[in-house]
Amino acid sequence: MRHIISLLMENEAGALSRVAGLFSARGYNIESLTVAPTEDASLSRMTIVTSGSDAVIEQITKQLNKLIDVVSVMDLSEGEHIERELMLVKVRAEGDARDEVKRLTDIFRGRILDVSEHTYTIELTGSCVKLDSFIDAIGRELILETVRTGASGIGRGNRILSL
Amino acid sequence: MEMTGAEITIRCLQEEGVEYLFGYPGGAVLHIYDALFQQNKVKHVLVRHEQAAVHAADGYARSSDKVGVALVTSGPGLTNAVTGIATAYLDSIPMVVISGQVPTFAIGEDAFQEVDAVGITRPCVKHNFLVKDVKDIASTIKKAFYLAKSGRPGPVLVDIPKDVSAHRTEFVYPASVNIRSYHPQGRGDSNQIRHAAQLLLEAKRPMVYAGGGVVLSDSSAELTDLVRLLGFPCTNTLMGLGSYPANDKQYVGMLGMHGTYEANMAMQHCDVLVAIGARFDDRVIGNVEHFAQVLRKIIHIDIDPSSIAKRVKVDVPIVGDLKLVLGELLDVLRSSRQKPAATDMAAWWTQIDEWRVTGGGMRYKNSSEIIKPQFVIETLHKLTGGDAFVTSDVGQHQMWAAQYYKFNHPRRWINSGGLGTMGFGLPAAMGVQLKHPGETVACVTGEGSIQMNIQELSTCKQYHLPIKVLSLNNGYLGMVRQWQEFFHGNRFSESYMDALPDFVKVAEAYGHIGLRIDKPSDVEPAMKEAFSRKNDLVFMDFRTDPTENVFPMVPGGKGLSEVVLSEDL
Ligand SMILES: Cc1ncc(C[n+]2csc(CCOP(=O)(O)OP(=O)(O)O)c2C)c(N)n1
Ligand SMILES: [Mg+2]
Repeated sequence: MRHIISLLMENEAGALSRVAGLFSARGYNIESLTVAPTEDASLSRMTIVTSGSDAVIEQITKQLNKLIDVVSVMDLSEGEHIERELMLVKVRAEGDARDEVKRLTDIFRGRILDVSEHTYTIELTGSCVKLDSFIDAIGRELILETVRTGASGIGRGNRILSL
Repeated sequence: MEMTGAEITIRCLQEEGVEYLFGYPGGAVLHIYDALFQQNKVKHVLVRHEQAAVHAADGYARSSDKVGVALVTSGPGLTNAVTGIATAYLDSIPMVVISGQVPTFAIGEDAFQEVDAVGITRPCVKHNFLVKDVKDIASTIKKAFYLAKSGRPGPVLVDIPKDVSAHRTEFVYPASVNIRSYHPQGRGDSNQIRHAAQLLLEAKRPMVYAGGGVVLSDSSAELTDLVRLLGFPCTNTLMGLGSYPANDKQYVGMLGMHGTYEANMAMQHCDVLVAIGARFDDRVIGNVEHFAQVLRKIIHIDIDPSSIAKRVKVDVPIVGDLKLVLGELLDVLRSSRQKPAATDMAAWWTQIDEWRVTGGGMRYKNSSEIIKPQFVIETLHKLTGGDAFVTSDVGQHQMWAAQYYKFNHPRRWINSGGLGTMGFGLPAAMGVQLKHPGETVACVTGEGSIQMNIQELSTCKQYHLPIKVLSLNNGYLGMVRQWQEFFHGNRFSESYMDALPDFVKVAEAYGHIGLRIDKPSDVEPAMKEAFSRKNDLVFMDFRTDPTENVFPMVPGGKGLSEVVLSEDL
């Protein structure tokens, strides 16, 4: 099953490589991994999208907790949460396709950030599934380039990951 | 007072009560060696290879309750140390390794003797640090010792660039440590402990399976009390040997690949299993699916949550310091005034005794013509009364030492269980002997393993370490040969080593005494002679039967009850 794990870690050199190294050394999947400092500059927040059986996910959480730099870990997918990913996509926009792409972008609540004679560059935010559907809707033959940030997540309501 | 980073480093070691520092100098640690020279509290032991420095620190730690400490230079010094660090990591040994690094301004420039020490060691340390500012040395070393020793112990590396060790600052040793992301569990969950007690009291076919964690947490007394109070059988893992007295009637021997028949059968067929400081390693339970075929309740007590439910499903997980958890469990059991049903226990012991008969105990066919390796270990046990510190290398000799030397006390059996590092035995024995001067330290090794760190005979001479080396020289990389015989159609690919040295002459060349023993009747006299030489290192080269195999054996990938008892494989 797909899981989205959030963690807070010391914002120190090498902390990221400890997490990445853990996943590769133990053969765990990483679908995406994002990391950036938080409002407290001494802490970084990381979101990891992974998949595995319940036993594997339990091990992943325990092994992450065991890393000395990791302050706290939460499996967001265990409860209500919000998940967002940002994608920038450059598509070929010529002739009839120009209108069609514009229309689809509106439907998906995306924004066109850059326009050239032959291309649009579109910004789209949403769940990973939504971004996937947008790509399918546009059609792969029109897509010139995509860049995705990987998912970030946060719990709903009182589910708070803090020190 | 202002001090250099190097002086601060040494002062920190003094503050931590470090007796011995095992190391090897080089460019990046010259300042630290200079500071070492100008004091006399921390004694430095100059090894002949950095791997040996780490193994010696490791042996020192395993045979005591202290942190082992090693010092190496950057680049090749550090890479040589890595095998030692990984060895300590897999067996959870508390250790601090200090390495020199190229100056901060040269890091990343492929400078002379630069390697990414933190990167290379990351997967085999509990934690590591690169100290970039002299002001951070003291607090980092304080943290390193705390991390190494607390929770599940392990090696911690502190990498200090040369310029940082030269810079000056005020020395303040922090009185305490607080790492906000690190809170090892102390007491276990009381509800879970009560639940465990209930299961134990209701068990019909119980089994206690105790590992290295019991040794590391110094909980042998609690374990022994628990087993005796309940009247249960107890087995030890290779790492746990000595944590329960081997001469006790409730002890069923070591379990696992080369464990006793009764231990493996009881493990397989029990209805309630309590695992204490053990981790269901593949060399212990063999095939996991086969193990899971029998339904049993499992209580697992360990300081490390990630060890629990890693390979087998657990019914009652208890995370905590074994000493505290076992203490509380004992209290609960005692105040319940209940005992497991006597009839059930009697029936279970009858079954175990039958297995004892079927298995026939640890047995081999002795010979008057050729030295049987098991006979050497039995003689060692007899002559030392089971009280020696025994270090070993890796191979058949290691298994025979584990099987035939009956350990009644913890911290006496010193071996590389997790990583299986050939070359561990002799340097580890140096650390043990330094920690326990005047005690008998025997290093059981093979002609293959000993050559992986044989240069340490020179260190032994320099520091007058009267270790007794027992080399079970079968002329083969015996454990490899055994697997080739069993599983690779007798194709002995590269397991025979031609042109072995004359070990007696080697020992003599290093200034020690060497004895070559060819006949079974000479085994005991030679050993007596060796042990009578209290101040000398004696290297005993026993020419043992080259075809002898280790039994019982649970072949790799098989289940515990699929054990092979003897040559009829
Ligand atoms: C550093 C290292 N290299 C290779 C091995 C694989 N290995 C395990 S046992 C063994 C043979 C050891 O030979 P010896 O020391 O003579 O012991 P014996 O088995 O003959 O008693 C080997 C090569 C190992 N454990 N460690
Ligand atoms: Mg050999």
